[in-house]
Amino acid sequence: MASARPVLEAPEISRVLTRIAHEILERNRGADDLVLLGIPTRGAHLARRVAERLVAAEPGAGPVEDLVGSLDVTMHRDDLRRHPVRALGRTDVPPRGVDDRVVVLVDDVLASGRTVRAALDALSDLGRPRAVRLAVLVDRGHRQLPIRADHVGKNLPTAAQESVQVLLEEVDGQDAVVISGPGESRPPASAGPTGESR
Amino acid sequence: MKHLLSAADLDREGALALLDVAEQMAATQAREIKKLPTLRGRTVVNLFFEDSTRTRISFEAAAKRLSADVITFSAKGSSVSKGESLKDTALTLQAMGADAVVLRHSASGAAHRLAHAGWSRVGVLNAGDGTHEHPTQALLDAFTLRRRLRERSGGDLGGALDGARVAVVGDVLHSRVARSNVLLLRTLGADVTLVAPPTLLPVGVETWPCRTSWDLDAVLPEVDAVMVLRVQRERMGGGGFFPSAQEYARRFGLDGRRLRLLPEHALVMHPGPMNRGLEISAEAADSPRSTIVEQVSNGVAVRMAALYLLLAGEDAA
Amino acid sequence: MSADQTPARTTATGEDAPALLVRRAALLGGEATDLLLEGGRVARTAPGGSLEAPAGARVVEAEGLVALPGLVDLHTHLREPGREDAETVLTGSRAAAMGGFTAVHAMANTDPVADTAGVVEQVWRLGREIGLVDVRPVGAVTVGLAGERLAELGAMATSAARVRVFSDDGRCVADPVLMRRALEYVRSVDGVVAQHAQDPRLTEGAQMHEGVVSSVLGLRGWPAVAEEAVIARDVLLADHVGSRLHVCHVSTAGSVEIIRWAKARGVDVTAEVTPHHLLLTDELVRGYDPVYKVNPPLRTRADVEALRAAVADGTVDVVATDHAPHPVEDKDCEWAAAAMGMTGLETALSVVQEALVETGLLGWADVARVLSSAPARIGRVADHGRPLAEGEPAHLVLLDPSARREVVPEQHATQGRNSPFRGLELPGRVVATVLRGRPVVLDGALVGDDGGSR
Repeated sequence: MASARPVLEAPEISRVLTRIAHEILERNRGADDLVLLGIPTRGAHLARRVAERLVAAEPGAGPVEDLVGSLDVTMHRDDLRRHPVRALGRTDVPPRGVDDRVVVLVDDVLASGRTVRAALDALSDLGRPRAVRLAVLVDRGHRQLPIRADHVGKNLPTAAQESVQVLLEEVDGQDAVVISGPGESRPPASAGPTGESR
Repeated sequence: MKHLLSAADLDREGALALLDVAEQMAATQAREIKKLPTLRGRTVVNLFFEDSTRTRISFEAAAKRLSADVITFSAKGSSVSKGESLKDTALTLQAMGADAVVLRHSASGAAHRLAHAGWSRVGVLNAGDGTHEHPTQALLDAFTLRRRLRERSGGDLGGALDGARVAVVGDVLHSRVARSNVLLLRTLGADVTLVAPPTLLPVGVETWPCRTSWDLDAVLPEVDAVMVLRVQRERMGGGGFFPSAQEYARRFGLDGRRLRLLPEHALVMHPGPMNRGLEISAEAADSPRSTIVEQVSNGVAVRMAALYLLLAGEDAA
Repeated sequence: MSADQTPARTTATGEDAPALLVRRAALLGGEATDLLLEGGRVARTAPGGSLEAPAGARVVEAEGLVALPGLVDLHTHLREPGREDAETVLTGSRAAAMGGFTAVHAMANTDPVADTAGVVEQVWRLGREIGLVDVRPVGAVTVGLAGERLAELGAMATSAARVRVFSDDGRCVADPVLMRRALEYVRSVDGVVAQHAQDPRLTEGAQMHEGVVSSVLGLRGWPAVAEEAVIARDVLLADHVGSRLHVCHVSTAGSVEIIRWAKARGVDVTAEVTPHHLLLTDELVRGYDPVYKVNPPLRTRADVEALRAAVADGTVDVVATDHAPHPVEDKDCEWAAAAMGMTGLETALSVVQEALVETGLLGWADVARVLSSAPARIGRVADHGRPLAEGEPAHLVLLDPSARREVVPEQHATQGRNSPFRGLELPGRVVATVLRGRPVVLDGALVGDDGGSR
C-alpha cells in the first residue's frame, strides 16, 4: 500500500457530487422527466446521492424514489468469458419507467467505456428514453470505445498499470478515491466489484 | 460452477447465490424484451434420452432467453442396454463445440458419468437422472417457496426457508425430485418430512436429513407447504408397492378434506405432470394455495440462472 | 489361438523338469529353507543355505521371499469359449501364473455353456496345452444355466476334465427342488455344488447393495437378505440330504452368521470370499464408476469386517478371486448399462496380505490354507494345495512381502482392465511361480514370454 495514494477525500467527493447534481439540473433545465440510473455496485449509491442533492436543490423534483434507480449491466457485458462468473446486481427502474424520459447513467469510474456500452444495451431492453447522458465520479482515460461523459467529477490521468478505486461509505465504510501502482494489493473492506478499469 | 449434477453440489451460499441470480432473471422475464445477450456464441445441447416435454421446453426457453444457440437431441428409445451411445453422443457433442449439455437420462448417475468419465470436457447440467436427482426442479421449488414464504422472515429472501416445514408426499423411492428437494431444502434451513407408504420409502432413508411419516393427516396441520409427488400407476400390480389406486388416494392423496387440514398460509406444490384423482384431487390442484402453475414459470428463471452460472464465466472457472 | 503358438512348458507329470534349487525361501513365512525340486516334485528340503545345487540345476535365490504352495483359485472366469474379446484361456492362464496361482477353476458361464463333457474337455485341453496353470473346468449345474433341468453332471465328472465342482455361477439355482436334486446327485461323483446365492426375485434390476448409499444414489437396491435367504435354505437342504455345499462369494455379515451356525450344526458346507469383498465397500459407488459394479455387490464396512473375521476363524474357508474380466466398452458407460465383475487374479495375494496378513488376522501358513490347501480340497484337485515337503508336487509361489506397488491394470496379463484396485498401493509382489517343478514366472515376469500374442 506504500504507493497507494488518495486523490479525493470525503469532503471533495461530496462537493463534486453536489456540482454534478447542479450540472444535471442546468443541462436539463430543471428536474422534469429526469431519471438517474446508477450502475451497481458503487454507481447505484452515487446515483442515489446525486438524486438526494437534486431534490434538495429543486424541491419540486419529487421524492427521491421516483427519480433514481439502478441498472445492472452484467448480462450485457462483452467480457464475461474473461472473468469468473459475476454475481448479478439489481435492476430497479422508478415506477414511471424510462420511455421518453431523460436518463442519466451514473457510474464511479469511466475508463474503457465498455461498461457504458453494456449499459446502453441494457437500457434499450427497458424502453426508449428521449435522451441518455452519462455522469461519472472519475474519468481516468484509456478509452476503447467512442464514449464520453457529460458530467465528470474529476479527470484523473493515470498510467494503464495503475488502478483507480472508488471507496464509498455505503460499501467500504469510507469515502475516498485511491490510485495504487501496479501489483498493489487492493484497499481493505472493498465489498463487491469495484469500479476499476471500467 | 463447472457442473450441476446434484443438489448436494450446492452449499448454502452457492444455493442462495443461484436463487438470487434467478430472481434477477425472473425480473428480466417480466419485461417486454425478455431476451438477454449474455450467452451469445455459446452452444447448449439439450440431450434427452427420456421423454420430458416440459423440462426440455423449460431448458430450451432458458437457453434461448440468454441468446445461447440451442441444439436439441432427443434420443428417446435408446435403451439402457445400448448404453455406449451416451459416450458416443458425448464425443459427438464435444466435436460439435457444445459448451454445456443438459442431460436427461433414465439411468441414475448418467449425468455424473458424462461429467466425470473423461469422455468430454463440456459442462453438464443434470435435468433428471433415473431415480437419482433433478436439481433444477428442487431449485425451482425452493425459489417458489422462498417467494411465497418470505413474509415469515420479514421479507428477507435469504432466510426465508429457515425453519420452514415442508412435507414431501408420495413415491419417494423412485423420485429424483424428492432426493434433490430433501438435500436442497435442508441446505436452505427447512425441515422436511417425507410421507409415504413404507414400500415407497427407500431402505436407508433413516440416514437422510429429514423425518419420515406414514400418516399424512398427522403431518399436514404442521406444515408450511406440502409437495405432492407423482405416483406412477405401473408401480402397482405384481409385487406392487401399493394395493390399488383407490387405496393410495384414500391414504396418501391430497384431497379436499386434507386440504382443509393445512394451516391457512400453507402451499400446495406438485412437480407435474399430475395424476388428478390419484395423488392429488382437482380441488387441491386448482386451489388458490396451489403454486403448480407458478412452479412452471419459475422453472425458466431458475434454469437461466443455472446456465448463467455454468457458462457465463471464463472457461477455466 | 492354437497350441503351437505357445510352447508347452510342462508335461502332464513334470517328470522331465530340470532340477531347480530354491535357496533360503521363508517356508510359509517361517525359517529360511532350501527346496530342491526335481522331476516335478519336491526332492529335498533342508535348512537355508545347506543344499548344493546339482549339476545343471537352476538356482533361484529367495532370501527374504515367502514360499507358499502354488495358489488354487476356486472361482475364475476365463471367458473362453465365446467371449474371447474379454479373456482367453491363454490370457487368463498368464494372469493366474502372474498372480501366483498354479490351478484355477474355470467357471461354466461361457458360450456355449460348460454343461457337457465336450465343452469342459475343450477348456481343460486348452489349459493343458498352454501349460502355465492347471485349468480345472467347473461344470454347469443346469442345462444352459437356465435353472430348469440338471446338466449331465456324471458325464462331466467322468470326462478327461474330471469335473468335481458344479456351479451355475452368475445365476442362482433358485428352484429348491432342483437344488436338492443337484446336491443329492453330485454325491455319486464326490462333487460339490458351488451355489451363487442370490434370490432372483429380490434382486430384479438390482444395481448395488441396498442401504444408505443406494438410497442416496437412486440405484435399485440389492438386499443382503437375497443372499442370506438362499444360503439359509441351501445349508438346510445340504443337511437334509447329507451333501457337500460350497457357497460362492459370501458378501454379508448375515451370510457369515448362517454359515457359522451351519458348520456348528455339522453341515458339510464350505464358503469363499473374494478379495474385493475383503477390502472395498459400497461407498466407492458414489462416483458411479462401473468398475465397482459387481455381483454380489460391494457391501458395507461392517460386512467387510465380518468377512475378515470369518476368514480368520475359519467360518469362511477360502479366498477365491471371482476374476471377471470385461472388455473396456462393457465398463465405459453409465452404471446401469455396465457389466458386473472385476479382475482379481493378479491382485488377490496382495489384497489378502493387505486385508488379512497386515491386520494380524492371518499368518502365511493360514494364507496357504485359504488360497491353496482348502480350495484344492474343496475342488478335489488331488496334486495341488499340498505341503511343501519332500515327495510332494512341486507347485509353489515365491512372494516378496516387503514390496509395495501401485496397481496399474494396463500392466496386467489379463485382458481385462477392470481392476477396482487401480491406483491403490498394495503390499507384496509375486516373484516366481513354479508349476510341477518348472518356473512359469521368474523375477516377476512370465518365463519365455515375448509379451505379444495376447
